[in-house]
Amino acid sequence: MASVRRIVLDVLKPHQPNALEFCQAIARKGADYYVHLTVNEMDESTETLQLEITGNAIDFDAVQSTINDMGGSIHSVDEVEVQGETKPE
Amino acid sequence: MELLEEVKFLLRITRTHSIVRRYFVVNGFDGALTMLGLIIGFLVSSHTNLTVIINACLGAAIALAISGLSSAYISESAERQRALANLEDAMISNLQESAHGQAVTRMSILIALVNGLAPLVISLLILTPLWLSNAGFALPIYPLYAAIIIALLLIFLLGVFLGRIAGISWWRSGIKTLLVAVLTAALIYLFTGL
Repeated sequence: MASVRRIVLDVLKPHQPNALEFCQAIARKGADYYVHLTVNEMDESTETLQLEITGNAIDFDAVQSTINDMGGSIHSVDEVEVQGETKPE
Repeated sequence: MELLEEVKFLLRITRTHSIVRRYFVVNGFDGALTMLGLIIGFLVSSHTNLTVIINACLGAAIALAISGLSSAYISESAERQRALANLEDAMISNLQESAHGQAVTRMSILIALVNGLAPLVISLLILTPLWLSNAGFALPIYPLYAAIIIALLLIFLLGVFLGRIAGISWWRSGIKTLLVAVLTAALIYLFTGL
């Protein structure tokens, strides 16, 4: 089965929870998740983020559900890196 | 522990810490002053049975608690629903299932509990000497005086609490609230005792 190694998401979220809590909640979904967040735009009550998640097998559904639980919504999946079952030589 | 963490998280995202504190102080102050007023009223009246005083004070305390619970729940849930609707407009999505959606009910309940329990707990503390005396415990002073002292002490402590929040002199803030209580007592005495 192919594993998602890296995804870059365009996310819209309310100001609260803040970027730190937002990242921590996503990072908690996987033992080896590395989350990198960049705030691209700030509005009166929302902010647009670029969220980069790296891990050995990213559970996209769990990530999406965590983002939705915190009031955010995924606008687009901008980049994806997927590893096949066996590594190419 | 998990519940506590969740409550802290919801308090953070809805920024309701200050509202909870405000409700606690405002309604706690209400409870303390109401008990003080009732007790002084009984004190200046002709001799009244202690059970009657306890029942009257307890009735007022319960009424304050129910009033605090219901009014805070109704007003807070309306405010939170409105804030959620504004956020949903900004997000252009439904947030009912998110933490923000859950916060509408949970934070309204929490605020209502604080608003209702603050006057009840403070009133029960003030009534403690009356209960003890009624149960046969010998108190060093007349139970109504003891209740007044506890009321003044709690009012002073509420002032201290406000002073600590504001980062100003705690004793000055305590004295300020104490002066309000003394003024209230004086007014009650003026209108009922003379």
